[in-house]
Amino acid sequence: MKRSTLGSWISVAIGAVYFLLPLIATFEFSLRLKRGVYSFEAYRIVLTDPSFQASFLYSVVLALATIVVGAVIVVPTAYWVRLKLPKMRPVVEFVTLLPLVVPAIVIVFGHLRMYNSQSILPLTDSSFGTDLLLTFGYVTLSLPYMYRSVDTALAAIDVATLTEAAESLGASRTATLTRVIFPNIRAGLLSGAFLTFAIVIGEFTFASLLNRPAFGPYLQLVGANRAYEPAALAIIAFVVTWASLGLIQVFGAARKGSK
Amino acid sequence: MSFIDITGLKKAFGPVTVVHDFDLGIEKGEFVSFLGPSGCGKTTILRMIAGFEAASAGRIAIDGREVTRLPPAKRDVGMVFQSYALFPNMTVGENIAFGLRIAKKSAAEIRERVAEMLAIIKLPDLADRYPWQLSGGQQQRVALARAIAVRPQVLLLDEPLSALDAKIRVSLREEIRALQRDLGITTIFVTHDQEEALSMSDRIVVMNEGRAAQVGTPFEVYTWPKNRFVASFVGTLNLLDGVVVDEGRLTLDGREVTVGRGLAGRRAGETVTVALRPEAVTLGATATGLPGTVEAVSFLGAVVRVKVRLDTQVVTLDAFNQTTQRPPEPGTAVRLVFGAEDLLVLGEG
Ligand SMILES: Nc1ncnc2c1ncn2[C@@H]1O[C@H](COP(=O)(O)OP(=O)(O)O)[C@@H](O)[C@H]1O
Ligand SMILES: [Mg+2]
Repeated sequence: MKRSTLGSWISVAIGAVYFLLPLIATFEFSLRLKRGVYSFEAYRIVLTDPSFQASFLYSVVLALATIVVGAVIVVPTAYWVRLKLPKMRPVVEFVTLLPLVVPAIVIVFGHLRMYNSQSILPLTDSSFGTDLLLTFGYVTLSLPYMYRSVDTALAAIDVATLTEAAESLGASRTATLTRVIFPNIRAGLLSGAFLTFAIVIGEFTFASLLNRPAFGPYLQLVGANRAYEPAALAIIAFVVTWASLGLIQVFGAARKGSK
Repeated sequence: MSFIDITGLKKAFGPVTVVHDFDLGIEKGEFVSFLGPSGCGKTTILRMIAGFEAASAGRIAIDGREVTRLPPAKRDVGMVFQSYALFPNMTVGENIAFGLRIAKKSAAEIRERVAEMLAIIKLPDLADRYPWQLSGGQQQRVALARAIAVRPQVLLLDEPLSALDAKIRVSLREEIRALQRDLGITTIFVTHDQEEALSMSDRIVVMNEGRAAQVGTPFEVYTWPKNRFVASFVGTLNLLDGVVVDEGRLTLDGREVTVGRGLAGRRAGETVTVALRPEAVTLGATATGLPGTVEAVSFLGAVVRVKVRLDTQVVTLDAFNQTTQRPPEPGTAVRLVFGAEDLLVLGEG
C-alpha cells in the first residue's frame, strides 16, 4: 500500500512539473520587461492596448452570442431526442462529435466556399454577415461540449414523466421547456456555456481565415512581434479559461449540494 | 351516457395488441380501480385517457365531450404518477401552484388555493421545502395536491402507493379515499394490489391481458367472481374439481354436496371448477359435513389457516383464533361445513 501511495505521489509530481513548470516560467518571464526588476509592466502595456481591449471585447460578445445560439439549438434538440427519438440518440451524439474529428481549417474552408460573394447566401460580403458566419462556426465547434453537458443534465431528470406531469397540468410544449426542463438542466447548461466561452475566447483559425478582429488573431500578432507581452497575454488567457472552469465547478457543486 | 364513456378502446404497439375492445362507463364522483397483474394494460388505458398515448381505435368521452384526439393539456384530467414526478426546481408551494400559473389565475387566488391544498394534504408548513427534502409519502401528497389544485374533471392515479412503505401505504390510501369523497372528484386508480382495490373502490375493473375480466363492486367481485382468473386473482380461494349430478348437486372427491346455483344447463357427469373461500368453511363436529383429515395448520395470529385433505383434493380454510379452542392437530379427522351458496361454479376463461 505504501508503495502504491508513493508511486501515485511521484506521478502526481511529474504531472505537476510537466504542466506547471512552463506556466511558472512563462509567468516569471512576463514579469521581466524592466531590466533587473520584476514588474507588471508587460501586463500594463497589454491591458492598456486599445487593440487588446477591442479584440477581447469582440471575442466576449461573440462567445455570448455563440452560447445563446448554441443553447437555443441544443436544448430543444437534446430534449426532443430523449423524449421522442431515443433510438436516434447515438446518431445525434455522433453528429455532435464531428467537429472534434473534422479540423477547424476544413470547416472554415467549407464555410468560405458555401458563403462567399458568389454564393446564394453571400455572408462574407459584409462584416456583420461574417460575424454571423463566425458565430455559427463557433456554435459548430462548441457543439460536442454543449450537447454533452445538456444531455448529461437531461439524463439526471426523468424527462418523460416530468413532461407528462406538466402537460397534464395544462402546460404547452414551450411552457414545459421553459418552466420545467430549462431550470432543471441549468447546471449542465452553464458548464456547457463556460466551456464554450473558453473555446471561443482563444480560437484562432476561424477568426483569422475569416479576417475578423478577434482575440485569437490578436494573440498571434502580438506573439509574432513582441517579447514579454505575449507571455503576459498567455497568462491572462489562462486565467480566463481557469475562471471558466472554476465557475463550472462552483455551479456543479451547488447542484450536488441541493440534491 | 356516463360521465366518462369509453367505447371500443384498443391499443396496439406494432404487432402486439395490449388493449382489446375495452368498454367502460364511469359515473360522476365515482372511484373506480383497475386491478390486474403487471403487464395487463392498466397503465396503457390510463395513459390513453390522459392523452399520453394515442388510441389505436375507439372513443373516450368525458362529460359528453369527446377527448380521444385532444392533447393532454386540453383534457382537464389530473394525473398522479408512481414516481411522484414533482418538479425538482420548484418548492412544494410552487409545484402546487404550477397548474394555476399556467391557467393564469390571479396571484391572490393562487396563494389562497395553495394554502387550501396544503391544508387538505395536512402539510401546511412545508410550502417552502423542496421535493428532495420530503419523504416519499409527503412527496406523493404534494403530487396529489398539485393534480387537484386545478380542479380537473377526472383524477387518474397510476399505482401511486407502490413505491411507499407498507404502513404509509395503508394510511395514505384512506386519506386519498376520504379526500376523493370530500371533493367528489371522479377518479380512476390503477393498482396490482387487491387489498388496495377492495378497500378503496366504488367499483373494480379486474383486468386480464388487455380485457376487462369483470366489473363490479368490491363485494361482487370478491364474492361472485365471474371466472377462474378473477377468482384466483382477487383474494385466496380454493379451486376444486366437481362432477355434476343434477341442477342442485355435485360430487367432490366422490362425496355429494348441495350447490345453490350455477349448475343450470350443465350436463350430469360434466366436470366443473368450483370456488370456495377459505373463510366460508368451518370445522364442524356434526356428522353432516364433508369428511376429511387435517393435513397442516398455520397459526397466523388472528386467523388459523387449516389445510384439510378430502381424498385427492385439499381444502384450505381460515378460522378465527378463539381462546376457548386450540387449533386442531395434523392427522385429526374433521368435518367441513359450508353453505350451498358458498360453492361458486366458475365460468370458463
Ligand atoms: N411504449 C410501449 N411500447 C411497446 N409496448 C408497450 C409500451 N408500453 C407498454 N407496452 C406493453 O403493453 C403491455 C401493457 O403494459 P402496461 O399498460 O404498462 O401494463 P400494466 O400497467 O398493467 O402493468 C405490456 O406488455 C407492455 O410491455
Ligand atoms: Mg402499470
